[in-house]
Amino acid sequence: MALDNMKTTGFTQVGTTPNRPDGLDKVTGRARFGADVTAPGMLHAVIVRSPHAHARIKRIDTSKAEALAGVKGIVTRADFATGLTGENWNILENVMASDTALYDGHAVAAVAATSALTARDAAKLVEVEYEILPHVTDVDKAMAPDAPVIRAGAADGSVPEGQHPNVVRYHESGHGDVQAGFDEADLVIEDHFTTEATHQGYIEPHACLGILGGDGKGELWCCTQGHWNVQKICAALLGLETANLRVTASEIGGGFGGKTAVFIEPVALALARKTNKPVKLVMPRADVFKATGPTASTSMDIKIGMKKDGTITAAQGVFRLQGGAFPGAPADMTAMCAFAPYALSNVHQVGYDVMSNRPKQAAYRAPGSPMAAFAVESVIDELCGQLGLDPIEVRLKNASKEGTKASYGPTFQRIGLVETLEAAKAHPHYSAPLKPGQGRGISCGFWFNHGGETAVSLALSEDGTAQLAVGTPDIGGSRASMALMAAEELGIPYENIRVTIADTATLGYNEVSHGSRVTYASGLATIEAARDAVKKLCGRAAAKWGIPEDAVKWENGCAVPSGPNAGDFDPLPMAEITANMGATGGPIVGHFEATPEGAGVSFATHIVDAEVDPETGKTSVVRYTVVQDAGKAIHPTYVEGQFQGGAAQGIGWALNEEYIYGDDGRLQNALFLDYRIPVASDLPMIDTVIIEVPNPGHPYGVRGVGETSICPPLAAIANAVSAAAAVRLRQLPMSPPRILEALEQKRDG
Amino acid sequence: MQYHTPTSFEDAIEIAAQADGITRFLAGGTDVLVQLRADIVTPDTLIDIKGISGTKTITHNDDGSWRIGVAVSGAEMTEHPTLARDWPGVVEATDLIGSTQVQGRCTMVGNLCNGSPAADAVPAMVAAGMTVTVSGPDGTRELAVEDVPTGPGKTCLAKGELISAVNIPARGANGGDAYLRFIPRTEMDIAVVGAAVNLRLEGDTITEARVSLGAVAPTVLLVPQAADAIIGTTLDDAALTALAQAANAACAPIDDKRGTIKFRTHVAGVLAQRAARIAYERAQKAGK
Ligand SMILES: Cc1cc2nc3c(=O)[nH]c(=O)nc-3n(C[C@H](O)[C@H](O)[C@H](O)COP(=O)(O)OP(=O)(O)OC[C@H]3O[C@@H](n4cnc5c(N)ncnc54)[C@H](O)[C@@H]3O)c2cc1C
Repeated sequence: MALDNMKTTGFTQVGTTPNRPDGLDKVTGRARFGADVTAPGMLHAVIVRSPHAHARIKRIDTSKAEALAGVKGIVTRADFATGLTGENWNILENVMASDTALYDGHAVAAVAATSALTARDAAKLVEVEYEILPHVTDVDKAMAPDAPVIRAGAADGSVPEGQHPNVVRYHESGHGDVQAGFDEADLVIEDHFTTEATHQGYIEPHACLGILGGDGKGELWCCTQGHWNVQKICAALLGLETANLRVTASEIGGGFGGKTAVFIEPVALALARKTNKPVKLVMPRADVFKATGPTASTSMDIKIGMKKDGTITAAQGVFRLQGGAFPGAPADMTAMCAFAPYALSNVHQVGYDVMSNRPKQAAYRAPGSPMAAFAVESVIDELCGQLGLDPIEVRLKNASKEGTKASYGPTFQRIGLVETLEAAKAHPHYSAPLKPGQGRGISCGFWFNHGGETAVSLALSEDGTAQLAVGTPDIGGSRASMALMAAEELGIPYENIRVTIADTATLGYNEVSHGSRVTYASGLATIEAARDAVKKLCGRAAAKWGIPEDAVKWENGCAVPSGPNAGDFDPLPMAEITANMGATGGPIVGHFEATPEGAGVSFATHIVDAEVDPETGKTSVVRYTVVQDAGKAIHPTYVEGQFQGGAAQGIGWALNEEYIYGDDGRLQNALFLDYRIPVASDLPMIDTVIIEVPNPGHPYGVRGVGETSICPPLAAIANAVSAAAAVRLRQLPMSPPRILEALEQKRDG
Repeated sequence: MQYHTPTSFEDAIEIAAQADGITRFLAGGTDVLVQLRADIVTPDTLIDIKGISGTKTITHNDDGSWRIGVAVSGAEMTEHPTLARDWPGVVEATDLIGSTQVQGRCTMVGNLCNGSPAADAVPAMVAAGMTVTVSGPDGTRELAVEDVPTGPGKTCLAKGELISAVNIPARGANGGDAYLRFIPRTEMDIAVVGAAVNLRLEGDTITEARVSLGAVAPTVLLVPQAADAIIGTTLDDAALTALAQAANAACAPIDDKRGTIKFRTHVAGVLAQRAARIAYERAQKAGK
């Protein structure tokens, strides 16, 4: 059901592409990121980490480190709150190990000293005695009967009897009768797929500065996707009252989901409390790789049946996700996203969340969906190939639409998958000729999107400008979008609105910037806050004119009488009302607080051309087009940026990125030299097509756009590689040695 | 840590000969400083050689040979007006090192003395038949480039010895060289395999050749069997097949996160063929 006061046409500001308000600061170096904050008397901290994949901590001796000149304090688990339960306990256990190190890089102690170099030297002097335990890092091995148990009793009630204790969550959903569906099919394909863990790869390492006195009052600056979450968790882990810890989010050098979790902030605060000094903690890159969340690795089985005309008769998937040494791998979301693009009578999906001796996985853009799409869309491609059908036509034939019962349960409202497929089919890319050695692949992708707790405040200034305070860290140009939406409602220029990411003391709780929720939820709140301010402005005009409030309306930045009967008054511009607001009733502030529930799901279709060097197995992506439903593109350039960013990260994930563990359970490539994200010259120009099928749950029709763009690339590239080299890669990454091996196996029959 | 800035090779040798513990020379520092920061090697003595006169000069000698100062950076080689005309393979190999920023600092000598089997400049230096002048407490000697590295991270230089010059032979008539590396990306990566070929033609027939492979053994290899496979041929298909086979046979790589034994061995042959074709074309052009 659409909102009452929905607006989808006649925009004056929304849909334009002004420069982002933070752009100049970022290109001139004036922007302050996590590591740019300092305080007088500040100490520098270094975390001591386990070199073992799984080991009992028998003894920690800090005496030598403490004796080093310049060392001011050392913390271990004993310096944190006790008696925690549930997720708080899990987070604390990850932030600082208690009796067992659960992965290579697990924090066991931390040192604060007067310089970063001294802290580094001191960290090496902390002596930890370990008793090495058997470990497991592979998902299938972690589920096997003989696998070492990471932690007994970590499973919840969802897990069926008979599973290994490392299986900690279970999901099952679907509808219809898959066996009957497979019986109806002309062709059934069943295959096994795996993907490796990949890191979000943000350029800015985690960094923070913490201050905490003996009175339990503290301040924290950090780079995070959500500072209210940091506040809540730090308060719990340190035994503080939430309101006594004020958290400010810095500019953020990328997060992609990985900065929705808390890793170092409680450690900085614990050291600050112990030393009574401000403590700064900046993670070295190797620590970022070893101890912050990569995505889950997967092992998946997919079975799909199709009729000769392309109708999918049944689909079934089993998704096993390795999520590190704690529960939380998105096995449920992986399973739920897998078949969402298709209207299926018979569908069944199962997800296993499996623990191993690896870092706790963290969200990474549409958690779980890209891996599921890789497996499912590869099988659909294979079916199309064997039945001689066009891959877009088959997807159109089976596409989910408004009214479709989704594979994961609910009934879809108005959605735009068909529109993305039609646009992809019509795009010149889809019919462009290919050179020898090149192949074309396509894939669809799906993500739910999210609303979440949101609070916004819009304070008008006496000169008719406005200060908008939002609580969602800007991870993709959202300040520009917020200013555009506020400008649209207020009828004042974009430049007259200054948007700030407010600290935790200034607004009500804001959920983290995740789930592609910012332009949707903070945007909705911004529009409502502006409408609240407009109502108040109209009230002041009504009082001035001596007419009822409802006889005044707002037009082009002015209060005007609502009709001929309301009276004959000249339009009253906003600046004239705000100039006197102190004398006419006080400051004018619009605000809005809610948990919006109308996030609109979104779909994308990607087209990829790849070229494979048959002698070396190296893949080059030579052309790429993203078609995605944005609902409404508030700032089209930044929407395109999200589309391109998702595709770029997907290219890395598909071709070269992977966590590589040795037999000793240690991470072998904790640096960007060997953790191979794409460099600029690896990428083609990524073309974009924005589809706008309005989301009925947002006043302007916005759907989130940040995550869906990473769902199709893995499969689209695998399908392109398959078309180019006539080999099907079912294992990611499709690195040159793997492709060469596949080519050789095919040659040798 | 002691940091020295000598202004002569004699002083540098003296400091190095007297030093205890770990000594490193600081040319561009793109290996030394990275290893220091990453806790891989923390030198006790660091000797910056960039203050020594002549270390930044490229000299084209009267006999056609070249003398490259030990602190000459990759960018300075690329921008030299005529060096790349003689030795395109050597220059492009050095130019592959790192990024624009790294190119402003990195040197061929540093690349060689860091001792990585995957060093990009080294196979091209070996194929070109380059030598280095080694100066030390006992005087000066000249070494073939292939004799300098003795294993990963190791060289044959004795305590107190350093390289004081890099020498490239005269190009001579009808010659061409080329270097190719395999990386999974397009730049900012470490060679999984490298192959350099330097050859000379008489008419269409190869009369001299040197083939060198990187990242397929503990040190960069000179592979005479691979050269023999193409000498006396016009680089026809049979010669190329023999070249690849000889290259494959010379490989003794490791399995690691960057590539498998099988992959490295196979790709060494492929790259040797491709580099040979480029060198051959260049030699043909040089003869015109
Ligand atoms: C971002 C980045 C990318 C890189 N990419 C590549 C790449 O693509 N390919 C590649 O091969 N390398 C690469 N490297 C490694 C490095 O840049 C090269 O090995 C470079 O050539 C080293 O030269 P340098 O002058 O900086 O050496 P330095 O770091 O100054 O020295 C290296 C070693 O040589 C010794 N040394 C220096 N001068 C002398 C001398 N005169 N006599 C005796 N010993 C000496 C030093 O003691 C030290 O052991 C990269 C490095 C970085 C940081």
